[in-house]
Amino acid sequence: MAERGAAPQISPRRLRALRLVRSFTSPLLPDDYLELVNPLWSTRELRGRIERIERACDDAVTISIKPSWEWPGHTPGQYVRLGIEVDGVHHWRAYSLTSDPGRPDGWISLTPKLVADGKVSPFLFRGVRPGTIVRLGGVEGTFVLPSPMPERLLFVSAGSGITPIMSMLRSIAGGRTAPDVVHVHSARTAGGVIFARELHELGERQPGYRLHQRITSTHGRVSPDQLERLCPDWTEREAFVCGPAGLLDSFGERWRRDGDPTRLHIERFAPTERVGDGQRGQGGEIHLCSSDVRASSDGEQPILVAGEQAGAELPYGCRMGICHTCVGRLRSGQVRDLRTGRVHGQPGEMLRTCVNAPEGAIEIDL
Amino acid sequence: MPSTTQTSPPLAMRLNEIQGPPSGVPAAGGHGGDDAHFGAPESPLGQLSPEQLDALGRELDAIHDEVFSDLGDRDSRYIRSTIKLHRQLVLAARALLLGSRSDALWLAGTTSLSVAKILENMEIGHNVMHGQWDWMNDPDINSQSWDWDTASPADAWRHSHNYEHHTFTNIRGKDRDLGYEIMRIDPQQRWHPVYLAQPLYNLLLMGLFEWGVALHDLNFDAIRSGEKSKRQVRDELRAIGVKARRQIVKDYLAFPLLAAALSGPSSARRTFRSTLAANFTANIVRNVWAYSIIFCGHFPDQTYTFSEEEAANETRGGWYVRQLLGSANIEGGSLFHLLAGNLSFQIEHHLFPDMPSSRYAEIAPRVRDICRRYELPYNTGPLRRQLGTVQRTILRLAFPGGRQRPKPGPYSPERA
Repeated sequence: MAERGAAPQISPRRLRALRLVRSFTSPLLPDDYLELVNPLWSTRELRGRIERIERACDDAVTISIKPSWEWPGHTPGQYVRLGIEVDGVHHWRAYSLTSDPGRPDGWISLTPKLVADGKVSPFLFRGVRPGTIVRLGGVEGTFVLPSPMPERLLFVSAGSGITPIMSMLRSIAGGRTAPDVVHVHSARTAGGVIFARELHELGERQPGYRLHQRITSTHGRVSPDQLERLCPDWTEREAFVCGPAGLLDSFGERWRRDGDPTRLHIERFAPTERVGDGQRGQGGEIHLCSSDVRASSDGEQPILVAGEQAGAELPYGCRMGICHTCVGRLRSGQVRDLRTGRVHGQPGEMLRTCVNAPEGAIEIDL
Repeated sequence: MPSTTQTSPPLAMRLNEIQGPPSGVPAAGGHGGDDAHFGAPESPLGQLSPEQLDALGRELDAIHDEVFSDLGDRDSRYIRSTIKLHRQLVLAARALLLGSRSDALWLAGTTSLSVAKILENMEIGHNVMHGQWDWMNDPDINSQSWDWDTASPADAWRHSHNYEHHTFTNIRGKDRDLGYEIMRIDPQQRWHPVYLAQPLYNLLLMGLFEWGVALHDLNFDAIRSGEKSKRQVRDELRAIGVKARRQIVKDYLAFPLLAAALSGPSSARRTFRSTLAANFTANIVRNVWAYSIIFCGHFPDQTYTFSEEEAANETRGGWYVRQLLGSANIEGGSLFHLLAGNLSFQIEHHLFPDMPSSRYAEIAPRVRDICRRYELPYNTGPLRRQLGTVQRTILRLAFPGGRQRPKPGPYSPERA
């Protein structure tokens, strides 16, 4: 089953009315006919219409989307899954929300960077037109500003790592408190600085905001050793780091060595090679009851991969624990969440097969 | 209820079945009492060497891969606009039928609803549920989520059709679609007195096709043999019940009531009846049409059937050839193919059940060319001829005996 958009918040009265009309439309839904008039009227899933496409820099665009129903809201720093049809095929991608959640027009915005050999971003960059209908999946992510707002913050971003941080900066700029913010941002070229003008304006206008911008093709990369010079009190700040894996690893190492790792928040864009950082478990035998396939995992392989290798046809979507397309009902046994290492499992629990590995023998209805 | 599964004939007879008389020559019947092997013609399957089968398999695989690498916007636009057309037709039909007291509106509404139901069952429902459009990764046009405007619940049909019929196509005793467990449509099926009634229930099935398909999905053989648990049967019956109730409520209660309510008290009763009659007619028209197209898929009397032995240890190429020999096409224009759900390209559909139906017309000339080069039949003809041979078979085989019809022999334009 292919991935769907998130369930929108619809008034119970409207839902009751639609259910009543179902006797006339079965096996189709009233939605199927309403969509003939306006595809945004679907109550089955959250969709959106692309309203504006603007260049954010040489190789990134900001896409503004009007959600089909009231935007459920997000915390600055979170991302949303976007479903869009490119050459007949529906693709899903996760993009950081760059908009402030409290936008008066109710729109949201995303700022994808062009991945030259990608499928979706080149289309968003060149092919997409205002009026295009997209699907909006769930809002996810734990890379968010804490509440209450800390007094002192440090942001370290590189390239498109600026996108979740931009949402945080916009929310700070629109808020009542003005925390002390040091922002170290690097980009390869001057033309590749996403939100260059807005960052510059924030630096002029926003009290307490200091921006250190680095063009790495001329001045070299920012290294964790330069923290003392750029932000002498870095160990006393709530820090948010987002960028390529190398940056995250080197800064993470610095915090582990000299700082307080609990105050460091990092966001990885690409899924890591292994599904998670969680402790590796013992693995076990998997019985996929509906397909009647038996598979086994070494503890590192998620149920989905082990099942596929044993020849089962299993549903999947994001393969990184986000979209819930791959869920199956657990009949018996325990599993380990590969992202956190947590061992869990109740009979009847709906499990995401893409991020869980068996911990001993399990039976699952798939 | 007769059983269409056969006991295995003795080895000598099986050999006869495989070797048979030379192609093109009608087989002489009359081996005596057991008609399970009666006049079996030589199957062209046996004429191809393993190397030829492999080469043919590779050629057909290449067609499949070529089409799948080319799928894109054009195909997505096609299925979306077909779905949109169906929904517009339904809306138009239901609106027209609010005035079903008028003869003209009744006729226009009933026609439009019949066409809508045919389009939905044939070109959309059947093909979407085959997974032909799953490559789009669209949750709304997906084999797992689709349900169609007919009595048969989607899940049960997908199993009996996609898996059983398309895997075991025309294997006697394994393909339950071969005569649908109630008909003798191949002389190699053993006769039973019950078959005397088959011309009668053939007519019933024509009119009530959707209900026949729903019951067929239950698989009576599996129920009798105990292969299906009581609980499973109960669950499936319940699913049919739920689906049937919704279909009946919609066509025979909700819309007639709505039309009656809008027509005012003086003519309410008449409007209720005329709307109900319109919906009933549309369902029957759809049933007769679906029956006609689907019976022409495998039952025209020049398609081959196979014994389980012939299909044992089958290679990819052998599987393709069995699909080719067991299926028959219907000739017609593009509107005809659309309303036939492109099942008029039954041969192409059976070779590539997961290929979007709109592509069958494009690959048909290449499949035909392969048949010519490998000297295989390519069974096709206009609807009246194909349907005529089906009806002739059903009438003749109601009685004992019957022999194989002459097969067209190796297909080639020179000899045709």
